[in-house]
Amino acid sequence: MALKSKKRIQSHWGGFFFVLPSIIAMSIFVYGMIGWTVKFSLSNRTSAWSVDNSFAGLANFTGLLDDPEFTHAFSNLVKFTLVFMIGTLLSGLIMALLLEKGIKGEGLFRSIYLYPMAISFIAMGTSWRWLLDSAEGEKATGINLIFHKAGLSALENSWYTSEKGSMYAMALPAIWQMSGYVMALFLAGFRGIPDDLREAARVDGASEFKIYRHILFPQLSPTFLTVLIILGHISMKVFDLIYGIAGKGYVTKVLAIYMWQVIFDFQNYAKGAAIAVIILVMIAIVVIPYLIYVNKTEEANK
Amino acid sequence: MSSDLASRATQSKDISRNKKKLDGKGQFWLVFRYIALSLLFVIAALPIYIMVINSVKGITGVDQATAFIPPTSLDFGAWGPTWDILREPMFRTLWFVLQSSIISAIIGSINGFVFSKWRFKGSTVIFTTFLFGMFIPYQAIMIPLTQFNRWAGIGGTIYVLVFAHVIYGIPICTLIFRNYYQGIPNELIEAARVDGASMVTIYRSIILPLSIPGFVVVLIWQFTSAWNDFLFAIFLTGGSPKLSVATTALNFITGSGNQVYYGNNMTASLIVSIPTLLVYMFLGRYFLRGLLSGSLKG
Repeated sequence: MALKSKKRIQSHWGGFFFVLPSIIAMSIFVYGMIGWTVKFSLSNRTSAWSVDNSFAGLANFTGLLDDPEFTHAFSNLVKFTLVFMIGTLLSGLIMALLLEKGIKGEGLFRSIYLYPMAISFIAMGTSWRWLLDSAEGEKATGINLIFHKAGLSALENSWYTSEKGSMYAMALPAIWQMSGYVMALFLAGFRGIPDDLREAARVDGASEFKIYRHILFPQLSPTFLTVLIILGHISMKVFDLIYGIAGKGYVTKVLAIYMWQVIFDFQNYAKGAAIAVIILVMIAIVVIPYLIYVNKTEEANK
Repeated sequence: MSSDLASRATQSKDISRNKKKLDGKGQFWLVFRYIALSLLFVIAALPIYIMVINSVKGITGVDQATAFIPPTSLDFGAWGPTWDILREPMFRTLWFVLQSSIISAIIGSINGFVFSKWRFKGSTVIFTTFLFGMFIPYQAIMIPLTQFNRWAGIGGTIYVLVFAHVIYGIPICTLIFRNYYQGIPNELIEAARVDGASMVTIYRSIILPLSIPGFVVVLIWQFTSAWNDFLFAIFLTGGSPKLSVATTALNFITGSGNQVYYGNNMTASLIVSIPTLLVYMFLGRYFLRGLLSGSLKG
């Protein structure tokens, strides 16, 4: 008995030893560097020439509240996130609903819906920039041209260059990119539900609508949660999607783009770090409870 | 298990038993589903369609008003000059992406094995702290990372990107392999333990030979995300032309000043997308598996 437990302890330490390099790497490059960034955000290092690392308290953060560019970027991000999350959730769900019972050609539809995930947004930005071109009427191109030709001139608009609608237009390519992913998650969810449940309800005379509403959707609530977390955190750090289409343009500026500008163009490390910390905190508030929840359900399933 | 998740998502449902005669309502819904699916198909395919048809209209042949219409004859005039600019960055990208993917896969496999089959006290907590690294915005580590690179002497070389993708790929690669190994029955390990095999031997002679699909998933995942990455590339290389990779070179071509050269831009975008598109076309199943692994739930 004693021998066995000794052996077990040894084997346990062995496992720890093999992941130790990764533990060290994660401690330094994730947690240590986050700490370092936080320290920057609390310092006076506000220009490339200053090496003043003295403590500035929350000055950089309170400064951001008074910075109209920051509040502009923040409200842009909120608008974008709302439209992007709702739009992607709905279109992904619709794709899954259309496919989940099985249909001829399913594989083809699925692969076309999902390919946007495999391409860089710097590349797809070229097409989207053209599709969302702001020219209207006789000069219209892209989607406006389709509207124009279809006699729907009322729908023509200046997309992401417009003052008010820029972020809603910018959500379109984002929805386009992520819908297939959401579809795949829901499809996996639907197909994890045993067919008997459906059959039983059908025998009991429940309508198709009721079956979805009362039997299938409740089973999918973990999938809904996962989808919301994934979309939410992607939205908050959105960068190359917007950069690929609109560059550093003012009307579509979000936090990640503004942070990049502050670091590279203005060389203000302390302020850039403060913006990064804000993005991080927004993500952490959502993700950490989720990770704990996943951890718990996994332990419970064991 | 993520592999189950993926096979559930990719397994076309057996529709043979639905062949029984559809009534009027059933037929209506089938037609409705096909129309809706085709409409979504057109929308999803539109951006890549535009890219492809306008890349074969030559350098000056792209006209805004006819950009939706396929060319009457193929003109690959824009491909030569675009490829000349992209060749070097593309090969540089391929070189660093291969390195970072292979290293990531090896690390992920070892970690995944430990967290799944060789657990120690506190391993679940440590695993969860790893996972958080998957969600962080890389902006939050970018400033210290550039300083570290300079200090470590790899600043200004392509190894900054190898290093960044290996380190920040640890969480996802560990997760994919861990989920994959969860599917291997513990009895297999127990039996080998009883026979006196050490965990290292078990890993080498039992687990590794079973790991090939896991390696394919992780290699594809790391390849695609490193190839498509723009954030690390632009931050860590500081826009230096000596270190330009596929996405930064493309951004240089299509960037704000050059937006009128649609023929060139579309061609360049397509060329940069071809490697990942090929991987997707031929190994899409494995790509999806990596994608679904990232969703944690299994």
